[in-house]
Amino acid sequence: MFGYLLNRLWQSIVLLVIVSIIGFAVLNLIPGGPLSQFALTPGMTQEAMDRIAEQMGLNRPLPVQYLDWAWRLVQGDWGTSYRDGQPVLNVIGRHVFATLLLMGTSTAISIAIGTWIGIRGATHRYSLFDYTVTVGAMIALSIPTFWFGLVGIYIFSLKLGWLPAGNMYTIGDGSALNYLRHLIMPSVVLSLVNVAIWSRYMRTATLDVINQDFVKTARAKGLTERRVLMKHVVGNALIPMITLAGMQLPGLLGGALVTETVFTWPGMGRLFLDSLGYNDYPVVMGLLMFSAILVLIGNLIADLVVAAVDPRTRLD
Amino acid sequence: MTALAATSAPSAWWQSRGVRRFMRHRLAIVGLVMIAALTLACVLGPYLLPYDALYIDLRARFSPPLTGSHYLGTDPLGRDLAARLLIAGRISLLVGFFAMLLSTLIGTVIGVVAGYWGGWIGAALMRFVDAFLSFPSIFLLLALAALLEPNPLMITLIIALTSWMEVARIVEAEVRSLRERDFVLAGRMLGLRSMHIMFREILPNAVGPIIVAATLTVARAILLEAYISFLGYGIQPPLPSWGNMLNGAQQYLASAPWLAIIPGIAITMAVTSFNFIGDGLRDALDVRSDHF
Repeated sequence: MFGYLLNRLWQSIVLLVIVSIIGFAVLNLIPGGPLSQFALTPGMTQEAMDRIAEQMGLNRPLPVQYLDWAWRLVQGDWGTSYRDGQPVLNVIGRHVFATLLLMGTSTAISIAIGTWIGIRGATHRYSLFDYTVTVGAMIALSIPTFWFGLVGIYIFSLKLGWLPAGNMYTIGDGSALNYLRHLIMPSVVLSLVNVAIWSRYMRTATLDVINQDFVKTARAKGLTERRVLMKHVVGNALIPMITLAGMQLPGLLGGALVTETVFTWPGMGRLFLDSLGYNDYPVVMGLLMFSAILVLIGNLIADLVVAAVDPRTRLD
Repeated sequence: MTALAATSAPSAWWQSRGVRRFMRHRLAIVGLVMIAALTLACVLGPYLLPYDALYIDLRARFSPPLTGSHYLGTDPLGRDLAARLLIAGRISLLVGFFAMLLSTLIGTVIGVVAGYWGGWIGAALMRFVDAFLSFPSIFLLLALAALLEPNPLMITLIIALTSWMEVARIVEAEVRSLRERDFVLAGRMLGLRSMHIMFREILPNAVGPIIVAATLTVARAILLEAYISFLGYGIQPPLPSWGNMLNGAQQYLASAPWLAIIPGIAITMAVTSFNFIGDGLRDALDVRSDHF
């Protein structure tokens, strides 16, 4: 078990290093490079720019610059935002909660609905229900998230007036109910793709388990079909889904970015787009690295949970 | 793959098992018909419509669908939505198609090399794939699109640059399992060069999974283009694309909902088609699948 943990941790660190190299390469694509932040200062001269480049060490070889940049990243010095001069990590920190709230709610919805659809599809294989959700899932995967959001706003906000069209709460009304009303539409929109993916995988996972000997044994013992399903099938089918949840994280984060834009949700996605609009590259770079790190941590946690609940993974 | 190899000598290709299985797959046929109709409309449609995609008629601003010969209505500048939709379709489909070609090429080369060589080269390449998969692709795409010049060619390049990993993984797994087969050993004994064995002997056996992945990559690429153009960093106006037609649509949602609804339907139709076709191909080419 301990060896497995250590191995996974080591793999994550290797990935993190490669991720940071890709991030550094993107950083150097910025017109003018990291120096561009000073180019807009009034009264800036070429000599002054050269001096700053010298001071910042930008005339050193790239590998040295990379090591310096990465070392500062590790120490928590992610640079300062061009927009308000605040440390990048503080700026990101202010937007993390909104995104995690949205992603968490959406994941809960996807898991609840997707698991139900998947199990029902597997136990009623090739039924009308199974066929409908199979086709439905493929269509759901084809709908652009933002368009689904726009249609939702049109129907539920503009036509029916049931739900607010955007923002996380109404100013002056901080009640939980108010938050909830604002949360419903964006999280449902964000769930669309994941319900589709989750239900497909859950169907396959359930089918894998349902034909195994221990399920036959459970049936032979005379347990009711419902009990067999709940106690023996679902629990085992859910194990591979934990890994899947980790794998879906990048997609979920990307979806959150688009959803937040449509619903003016004050999360990391909105921050990313706003920062792009202001050419606030330190924040853009910070978010790029932050999201990748979040994904790596998510995958690591998923693997650890699987290792904890499934003794088979501990053997190797 | 096996399905194609099973074709007995005298029968024609359209009688092969793969083709028959594909045809039996009704959804795939629906997809094929839908994308053929859409492509045909985008290629020929603009010549048949009375308005040019860039013709501005300020007196006809915000006309709802079916106003006179503006079959799908007009946009805030009075430009004909149908004409713009079809021209945009050309751009979006072309970007999707070429991004698929390029990303499949990148993914195949990296997958073959990683799978055939294995060892530390293979491990390093696959860790590289994993690292790319750790970035939410929209974040990476937007950052690249904002930093580079957003013309259609560049958009195609960066979409390909962020969608080759799936193909690489599939090809790597396939090649790794084929590497130890006898025909590869025979090739080595004949003294064939590694390049020849990799791309001429092994790769043809992995064509099935590559075709399936490539089809699904078109769907993905069209979606990605729509996302970044919707957010304002993809194809730039006045050149229309399905994504950038939706870019300004949200502010007119109450007064002119068709501006948002119609391009979205076009995107969904195109993407659904490729997903249906990919699913049918997976059955027909006998590709093992994880979830569908």
